[in-house]
Amino acid sequence: MTPDLTAFDSAAFMAASRSGHSSFLGFEYRAHGADWAELALPYRADLIGEPERGVLASGPILALMDTASALAVQLKLGTSRPQATLDLRIDYVRPASPGKTVIGRGECYCITRAIAFVRGTAHDGDPDDPLANVAGTFMFTDL
Amino acid sequence: MDDIPYARFLGVAAVEGDPTLLTLPFADIVLGRPGFLHGGAIGGFLEVAALVALRHALGIESDARVKPINLTVDFMRGGRDKPTFGRGIVTRLGTRVANVNATAWQDDPARPIAAARMNYLIVRA
Repeated sequence: MTPDLTAFDSAAFMAASRSGHSSFLGFEYRAHGADWAELALPYRADLIGEPERGVLASGPILALMDTASALAVQLKLGTSRPQATLDLRIDYVRPASPGKTVIGRGECYCITRAIAFVRGTAHDGDPDDPLANVAGTFMFTDL
Repeated sequence: MDDIPYARFLGVAAVEGDPTLLTLPFADIVLGRPGFLHGGAIGGFLEVAALVALRHALGIESDARVKPINLTVDFMRGGRDKPTFGRGIVTRLGTRVANVNATAWQDDPARPIAAARMNYLIVRA
């Protein structure tokens, strides 16, 4: 069976994110489904938060999860609609391994008239060994 | 703060004479949708503000290490094309855990664009 690509075009997404915060952080598209999206954040020295140990700062991981989750909402909607992050909660289960690419997967599990609910995980190679878990909500701003 | 590469990446600067007040200039590097700050950049800025406040509370001499446990950010207003200010406040400094709040605003501290609550684990040498 061919995968459901809905209205999402990964090439168009990457073209659109060639400016601004996402592009400066170096996000890369990895995969998506009907209600989820996976992006990658390659390791970079200028994004370190703990210089002694070379661990990535938590900020770029938060931005990665925000972006992947926002994308998951658009995928579940099957269309593009203006939205803003209402809140985002992130549990840092363990530090990211120095040198490794962080992979963030966001999933939209429920959409109401005004709100989209998301959850996600970040890992650095093994999905069964996550480094962060997130939960959040987005609000549609065109109401 | 100057020792944190990510804080330099964002363009975060300290405000002279106030050890816990920070600024974030509006620039392409923190841009989300056109004309607005990226939520991830605001969250990252709040994390830096929280960390600066915690380090200040621990004292410069301290060799304690801090590890972020979790973070909850509420986004209240869009961040516009102007400088953003941020400040962390340590609400409790324990022997093993610290609770820190951080807020970000643009024109008026009473009208925050975002607020965060962070918990840190403190590892004392």
